[in-house]
Amino acid sequence: MRVYAAIALRTFRRYTTYRAATAAGVFTNTIFGVILAYTYIALWEAKPGLGGYDVPQALTYVWLGQSLLAPMAFFGGGFEQEFGERIRKGDIAIDFYRPVDMQIWWLAVDAGRAAFQLLGRGIIPTLVGALIFPLALPRSPLTWLAFFTTVALGLVVSYAIRYIVALLGFWLLDLRGVQTAAGIIGSFMSGMLLPLTVFPGGMADFMQAMPWSCGLQIPADVLMGKHQGVELFQVFAFQAMWAVVLLLAGRALTAVATSKVVVQGG
Amino acid sequence: MADALKAFWWIAAMWIRSAFAYRTSFLMLAVGQFVVTSLDFVVIFIMFSHVKSLGGFVLPEVAFLYSTSGVAIGLADLVLGNAERVGQRIRSGEFDVILIRPVPAFVQTAADNFGIHRLGRITQATAVFVWSLVALDIDWTWDRILLVPLMLICGAVIFGAIFVLGGAFQFAAGDAAEVMNAFTYGGNVLTQYPPTIYARKLVLAATFAIPLGFVNWLPAMHVLGRPDALGLPEAFQFASPVAAVVISSLAALAWRAGVRSYRSTGS
Repeated sequence: MRVYAAIALRTFRRYTTYRAATAAGVFTNTIFGVILAYTYIALWEAKPGLGGYDVPQALTYVWLGQSLLAPMAFFGGGFEQEFGERIRKGDIAIDFYRPVDMQIWWLAVDAGRAAFQLLGRGIIPTLVGALIFPLALPRSPLTWLAFFTTVALGLVVSYAIRYIVALLGFWLLDLRGVQTAAGIIGSFMSGMLLPLTVFPGGMADFMQAMPWSCGLQIPADVLMGKHQGVELFQVFAFQAMWAVVLLLAGRALTAVATSKVVVQGG
Repeated sequence: MADALKAFWWIAAMWIRSAFAYRTSFLMLAVGQFVVTSLDFVVIFIMFSHVKSLGGFVLPEVAFLYSTSGVAIGLADLVLGNAERVGQRIRSGEFDVILIRPVPAFVQTAADNFGIHRLGRITQATAVFVWSLVALDIDWTWDRILLVPLMLICGAVIFGAIFVLGGAFQFAAGDAAEVMNAFTYGGNVLTQYPPTIYARKLVLAATFAIPLGFVNWLPAMHVLGRPDALGLPEAFQFASPVAAVVISSLAALAWRAGVRSYRSTGS
C-alpha cells in the first residue's frame, strides 16, 4: 500500500514541475469557459429552465466542465499516454516482472496526476468564471464534501475506462485511432459538450445510466444540490458500482493480454 | 517558391503513404475527426431543438457560420497545423536536424507528420456548408457569390497564420504550447456562433486583437444580409484579405524571429 501512496505522491510532484504547461492549460480552459458561457446564456435566456437549470446553474455547469476537463482526462492527457507507449514499445514486459499490481500502480500514477490537475487547473477557471458570471456555487461545506466525493469516484471510473482502452494496444499496433474514438465518446457521454439533461428524453436517460456521466454530469448535479439525503448515497453507490465493474473488467482483460503477450522490439 | 511547394508535397506524400500502412488506425482517425466535429454540430442541433433562434440567428444561419469556420480551420490544420506541433522538436533539440537539411525549415515543419486523416474534419464541415446553402434563402448577387469562396480562403489563411504564430511562440514558450489552443480551437468554437450572443468587448477583441471576426463573422453578415454586430463600415465585410495579409506577415516575422532565437539543447 505504501508503495502506491509513494507513487501517487511522486507523480503529483512530477506534475508540479510543469508550471508553464499548467498556466497555459488554465488560460485555455478559461477562454473556452468564457466562449461556452455566452453560448449557454443565449440558449438559457431563450429557453429558461432547460434541463432543469436556470442561467446561473447552466453557467456553473460550464465552468465545472472546464475545471474538470483536465483531471477527468476524457480527451487524453492522463497516464494512458505513457502506459500505451510502454505497451507499444514492449517496455511493458519489464512492468510484468515488478512485484506490484499493474492496475493499481497506474491508478496511483493517475491519482497523483488528477489530484495535481484538480488543484492546479481546476480552481482558477471556476474562480474566474465566478468573477465574470453569476454562478450557483453552494455555501454548505457538506455539499462541497459530497461534491469532492463524487469527483474522486468519477476519477476512478474515468481511470478504469482509459485503462481498458490503453490495454487494447496489445492487439492494435497504433492506438491513436482508438484513443481518439474513446476521447470523443468520453467527452460527449460525460456531458462536457452539453448537459445530459438537455438531450432528448430517451437519449438523456441512457447517457445518464452510462459510466461517463460519473465524470461531469453527476458531480455538477451534486454540487448544485440536485441530489439530497438518501438519493446522494444512491449516486455514490451508482458511481462505485461502475468503478468496481470497470476495474474488474480491466483486470480480466489484463489477464487475457498477459497470456497472449508477444513483446515487440529486440 | 516552386521548390518549397515541391518539397512540401514530397514530405506530405511520404506521410500519406505511412498513414495508409496502418489502414485501420488511419480510418479510425479520419472517421474520428469527422465524428468529433459532427458532435459540435449535434450540440448546435440539440440547442435548436429547444429554441428557434440563438442571438437572433436561425439554424441554417448558424450552420453557415459553423461550417465556414470549420472548413477554414480544417484547411489550415491540414496544411499548416503541424507548425504548431514544433514544440516537441524544439525541446528535444531535434530541430537541429531540420535546420541542416536542404529544404526550408518552415516547409519541413509544416509538412512534418502531415495528417491526411484531417480530411475527415473538412469533409464534415463541407457537408454542413452545402446543407446550409441549400437551407438558406440567399439572394445570390455577384458580390455574395464571390465573397463566399473568398471568405473560405481568407479564413484558412487567418487560421493558418495563427497556427504559425503558435509555432513561433513555442521557440520562446517551451511547455506553454497549450495557450495556442485557446486561439485556434477556441477561435473555431467562437466563430461557430453568431457574434450577437457575445459581449461587445469580446467581439471587438476577436475582430481587432486577433482577426477571427474576419474569418466569417464580417463577410457572413454581408452574405446573410444582416447588419454587423459592431456597426462597422460596410467595407469591413470585404476586408478579410487585408486581415489575412496583415496577420500572415506578422506570422512570417514571428516565425523568422523564432528560428533565429533557436539555440538547440546543448546535448
